[in-house]
Amino acid sequence: MTTQNKTCFQHGMRDGCPIALGYFAVSFTLGIAARNAGLTAIQAFMASVLNNASAGEYAGFSLIAAGSTYLETAIMTLVVNARYLLMSCSLSQKLKPDTPLRHRMLIAYDVTDEIFGISVAQPGYLNPWYAYGAIAVAIPGWAFGTYLGVIMGNVLPTRVVSALSVGLYGMFLAIIIPPARKNKVIAGLVAAGFAASFLVNRLPLFAGLSAGIKTIALTVALALLAAVLFPVDTQDNNKEDNTNGA
Amino acid sequence: MEHNIWIYILVMAAVSYLIRMAPLALIRREITNKYLRSFLFYVPYATLAVMTFPAIMEATQAPIAGLLALFAGIILAWKGCSLFQVAVLCCVVVFAVELLPFF
Repeated sequence: MTTQNKTCFQHGMRDGCPIALGYFAVSFTLGIAARNAGLTAIQAFMASVLNNASAGEYAGFSLIAAGSTYLETAIMTLVVNARYLLMSCSLSQKLKPDTPLRHRMLIAYDVTDEIFGISVAQPGYLNPWYAYGAIAVAIPGWAFGTYLGVIMGNVLPTRVVSALSVGLYGMFLAIIIPPARKNKVIAGLVAAGFAASFLVNRLPLFAGLSAGIKTIALTVALALLAAVLFPVDTQDNNKEDNTNGA
Repeated sequence: MEHNIWIYILVMAAVSYLIRMAPLALIRREITNKYLRSFLFYVPYATLAVMTFPAIMEATQAPIAGLLALFAGIILAWKGCSLFQVAVLCCVVVFAVELLPFF
């Protein structure tokens, strides 16, 4: 490690600290969802180490709970985490063109809303060691939070677990509502998502479909509709602020 | 059919990693197709909204507690509370509502 890389790594660790704290709290409720789906603490820990995606993991856990197929789980993970595809595309512009493949493959391990947010906020090209520093701090917070969520979820009274179970939905709201406030299309999309999801879950016509298929179909349909009716023109819309969930 | 949870985890991990790795490894210029860009831009909002409601009412013992947490979460997030604050206050709302004698 050169001196410059070392400095970048330390800066990354410094900026990763608040992210790790937020991750810890959020992944605790994710652990409760994992426990409800029948995962052990070690399984939930590994799921968090390997996935680093709150919504993606939550969707996966709910499919595991429903006994869905592996294919359904793969498609669901693809759809729910599709935004990381966009972030990685954007992040690829932030790397020096001659950045070796091994660095590209390592950074890819933890492209989350937060790590992406602080990475694109760096001036000039991104030094991969900055991201590694942040990841080194953030991942333990994320994984141990999930682990403790499973353990403590078993110990805490039902009433407390019931209350903590909505923490994840609160986090989802904190991700989608602030942009909805600034962008009317997103606001309409969120409202349409609530309404469509409610109807599809309540109408007998759709009772035969699994929860996973319903979510995939609604997501693709609504996002396609929004993209065709209200295509986004600006080049910077994918560089979101760093207050979002993992 | 009995499924193995470890296989689920590996499937999720493989897909999550490939999604993130492929663009970084392969694409060295920006996506210009505005419809593809727009679709990817809208996906998280659509999917998180769909996953939140009505599921939030089924996560709690009393559905009304989940519904009130939804309203509280929307208002708090709208007012600019942080991710952590919104998540915690939604939990507090459910805990308080379910403490009421008629639940």
